[in-house]
Amino acid sequence: MNAVDLLFYFFATLAVGGGVLMVFSRHPVSAALFMIISLVSVAALFVLLEAFFLAILQVLVYAGAVMVLFLFIIMLLDVGPEGGKVSRLKLITGFAGCVSVGILIILLLQLFGTGIGDNSSWPSIEMSPYVNGESLLFSTSIKNFGYGLFTKYMLPLQVAGFLLLGAMVGVIVLSKKSLPTEER
Amino acid sequence: MLDFELLFLVGLKVLFALLMIGAVMTMAGYSVLAERKVSAWMQGRVGPNRTVLPFVEYIPFLGPYLKKMGIFQPLADGLKFLFKEEIIPGHVNKFYYNLAPIVALVPALTTMVVLPFGEFFTSDGESIPLMLADLEVGILFILAISSLGVYGIVLAGWSSNSKYPFLGSIRSSAQMISYELAMGLSLLPVFLWVSEPGTGAMGLSLVDIVHSQGNAPWLLLVQPLSALIFLIALFAETNRLPFDMPESETDLVGGFHTEYGGFKFGIFFVAEYAHIVVGSAIFTIIFLGGWHFLPWVADPWPSTWVGTLIGIGWFLAKTIFLIFFFIWIRWTLPRFRYDQVMNLGWTKLLPLALLNLIFYVLLVTWIDQPAS
Repeated sequence: MNAVDLLFYFFATLAVGGGVLMVFSRHPVSAALFMIISLVSVAALFVLLEAFFLAILQVLVYAGAVMVLFLFIIMLLDVGPEGGKVSRLKLITGFAGCVSVGILIILLLQLFGTGIGDNSSWPSIEMSPYVNGESLLFSTSIKNFGYGLFTKYMLPLQVAGFLLLGAMVGVIVLSKKSLPTEER
Repeated sequence: MLDFELLFLVGLKVLFALLMIGAVMTMAGYSVLAERKVSAWMQGRVGPNRTVLPFVEYIPFLGPYLKKMGIFQPLADGLKFLFKEEIIPGHVNKFYYNLAPIVALVPALTTMVVLPFGEFFTSDGESIPLMLADLEVGILFILAISSLGVYGIVLAGWSSNSKYPFLGSIRSSAQMISYELAMGLSLLPVFLWVSEPGTGAMGLSLVDIVHSQGNAPWLLLVQPLSALIFLIALFAETNRLPFDMPESETDLVGGFHTEYGGFKFGIFFVAEYAHIVVGSAIFTIIFLGGWHFLPWVADPWPSTWVGTLIGIGWFLAKTIFLIFFFIWIRWTLPRFRYDQVMNLGWTKLLPLALLNLIFYVLLVTWIDQPAS
């Protein structure tokens, strides 16, 4: 075990532990902070893989923007330790929980059942067609991300962009609905 | 297992990091003094001129001069913060109240990791940038880490359980989210311009952007609008005066740190000035040519260690001028109203940054079109 392995176990524990504590903590602000710890640890794992760009995007988007908004809303609504209104949709919550635990179990079975050292189920990364196909060399430099996004994955990129635009317009429509005619 | 060479390298890095922290913290401390002195001069006062170490006063000529300049004032201020009684009000959330100053200081000290402040020439004439970590995506690293700085203010305001700090932190988080967008957009055309085909510079590296300005026009002259938007956003992100909503004294007492005192307040204070120092350094690197001499002029100093030292000095001089500029603006302009800040950010700065980006995309495309 070398230093990188130690760092991996440290940050992996932090990521998983943060996630678990986020679910179990009573106070919404604590939950948000544990989630930030978890997200930043995942960014650290990306750094260990030398994927600096992904790591920085993880911090910039999730920890720096999304979670700030979460914390902002939690503080603005002043949700206490008792939480907001307890969700009345017990059935749906239970169903969603069962499905996610099921997926986790299936993934774990897949991981341990097929044998990790077996080359037939786990091709080495240079052999995989997903990373090496169509002259798209696998690399972590930002140039490659840009190149891939604007050639091979142009359509998904545009679709994602329009999805976000649609969501934005939807938010504006919903939040403006209740206002009476403006008197400014 | 851990070999000796690796340990040595790690130790060396730690030593460099400590030196850099020392340098930035010293500059932060002395920019507090500069703030007091400059504001005093602007208002026809004298400013701090009494603090002096024992015996220094009796050095002929130099001693009284140092006393008059208030050189020892930051030392006294720091000791004062350190030895004050730590009062924790009864109504705060203790854990987060203690955590907040730490969370505020850490991002301010982390962004300096990717700052290049000079270059060193090997015997082959090859230049090696002086910095702690040469990241390919340096500027994104800075944007990402500085976006974490808002947590300190938010937590401080929330954990204080009091009205004014809470209002201050709400204002500040809204303001920081708003201006981050304009800041990022104002930097895009700059990197687009620098990494155009044929220039050799690639990607988002801060070293490449400094090299592109040697013996060439500074990017301030090439892209004045980007520089202006970036500077305004920088003022907003560091909570400096036309935008110091989180702590506007006249309507919020002390803002987010109203309930803080002693050393914890000192940490907030130092974090704010560390942000200013690092922000000035970033502006110098991106728009003012870093350690290069003047626009269109090649560096007149030799490519040896002498040149390295002069380059670092020149870089520091530009940074210090920008810190002075921050102070200058603070004591010149009145504070915006809160709705004006939001209005400026969303309806003026953001569309302007977008237009600027589109203009430079078209310009770069037009310049780079293959001659047919």
